[in-house]
Amino acid sequence: MSVFAYGTGLWLVLVGVFGVVRSRNLIHTVVCVAVAQSGTYVVLLAVGYQRGAVAPIFSSSSPPGTPVVDPVVQAMTLTDIVVSATVTALLLALVIQVAKRHGTIVPDELHALRG
Amino acid sequence: MTRTARFVVFGIGTAVLVLLLGSAVFHLPAFGGTSHPYRDSTVTAALQRRAPNVVTSINFDQRGLDTFGEEAILLASVLGAITLLRPGKDETQRQRVPNAGRMLQGTRLAGYVLLPISLILGADVVVHGHLTPGGGFQGGVVLATGLHLSYVAGSYPALRRLRPLRWYEYGEAIGMGGVVALGVAGVLAGAGFLANVLPTGTFGQLVSAGTVPLFSIAIGIEVASGVVVLLAGFLEQDLAIAAKRGSR
Amino acid sequence: MIILVLVLLALVATGGTIVVSTSDPRRQAVTLAVYGVLLSVLFLALAAPDVALSQVAVGSAVVPLMVLLAVRTVRSVTGGKR
Repeated sequence: MSVFAYGTGLWLVLVGVFGVVRSRNLIHTVVCVAVAQSGTYVVLLAVGYQRGAVAPIFSSSSPPGTPVVDPVVQAMTLTDIVVSATVTALLLALVIQVAKRHGTIVPDELHALRG
Repeated sequence: MTRTARFVVFGIGTAVLVLLLGSAVFHLPAFGGTSHPYRDSTVTAALQRRAPNVVTSINFDQRGLDTFGEEAILLASVLGAITLLRPGKDETQRQRVPNAGRMLQGTRLAGYVLLPISLILGADVVVHGHLTPGGGFQGGVVLATGLHLSYVAGSYPALRRLRPLRWYEYGEAIGMGGVVALGVAGVLAGAGFLANVLPTGTFGQLVSAGTVPLFSIAIGIEVASGVVVLLAGFLEQDLAIAAKRGSR
Repeated sequence: MIILVLVLLALVATGGTIVVSTSDPRRQAVTLAVYGVLLSVLFLALAAPDVALSQVAVGSAVVPLMVLLAVRTVRSVTGGKR
C-alpha cells in the first residue's frame, strides 16, 4: 500500500513529463507541467499521513493531545500550490508572446528555438 | 532533435528514473505510519505559541522566513507575467469594451448575490487563519476570484470599475511592505527577523498567537492583489488589446 | 477510511492521465478543473483541509481561467496572422 500511495505521485510526475515530451501545443505543455507539479504534492502529503489521525488543527472537538498528521509537509504544499499557479501564469504569458512573435505555438515548428 | 530522438531519450531517462525512484519507495517510511518526528516538535511549539492551526503557525511563525521567500517568488512572477502581457509597440488597447450580450438573468443574480458573500468569506478565511483552516494564501485567492464574479455575472466594464488596477498594484506593494515591517519590528524588539514579538494571548481567541494574524493579513492582501493583477493582464490581452490596423 | 484514500488515489492517477492525454487545450481547461476538484477531495481524505482549500481555489478557478484566456488570445493572434 505504501508503494501504491507513493507510486501514484511518481506516476503523476512521469505522466506529466511524458505529456511535455509528446506535446504538439505549447499550452498543452504548460498544463502538463502543472500535472507533474501536482504529483509532488501527492508524494509530500502521503509522507505525512498517519492512519487514524486527524487534521493538525486543535479545537474543542480535537483537544491538544489527539494524534494529528504531519503539518510541516502541509505547510510546504499549500504555499507551493499558490506560488506555482503564478509561475504557470508566467509560462502562459510567455506562450502568448511566442504566438505573437512567431505566429505558431507548435513546438516542432518553432525554428528559432532549434538547437 | 527529431521527435523520435526525443522519445528515445525520454524512454531511457524514464527507465533509469523509475528504477531509482522505485527502489527508493521501498526505503520510505510506511504510508500511514506513526513515526513523524517533525510533527511532534512543531505541534509542541505551536501549542506553546497558542496557535490552534499548526499549519498556519508553521507558515507564519516557525518558518516565517520561507514564507517571505515564497511571497517574493509570487511578487516576482506576477511582475514578470504582467510585463510580458503589456500592450506592445504595435498594439492598441481599447478603452471601452462592449458588454457580453445576452446573459441569463439567473446567472446575473447569482453573480451579484454571491459577490459580497465571497468577499466576506475570503476576509474571514484570512483573518481566522490561525484558528480554522485558512490563512493568507487561501483567503487571498478566494478574495481575488470572488471579485471576478462580477465578470461572470456578465459585465467586463463592471469588473473594470471595481478594479482600478493601480490600487491593486499598490496593494501588492503594501502586502510585501507589511511583511518586511513585521520582520523589522521583530529585529527592533531584540528577537530575530520575523520573530513573534506580540503577546500570545489566550488559546482560541481571535486576537492571539502574536504576529500570526497580522502576517496572515499582509499575505492575504498581497496574494489577492497579485492574482487580481495577473487575471487583469490576461483579460486585457483577450478583450481589449488588438493589433493596430495595418501592422500585421 | 483507508479504502477511501486508495480509491481517491486511483481516481487522481486516472484524472492526471486524462488531463495529459487531452490534446486540445480548450478541453484541457475543463479536465484540469475536474482534476483539481479530485485532488482537493484526496487532500481532504489525507486530513489536510488547508491544502484542499488552497488547491480548490487555485486549481479549479484561477488556472483553468488563465488557460482559457491564453487559448483565446493565441487563437485570435495566430488566426489573424494567417
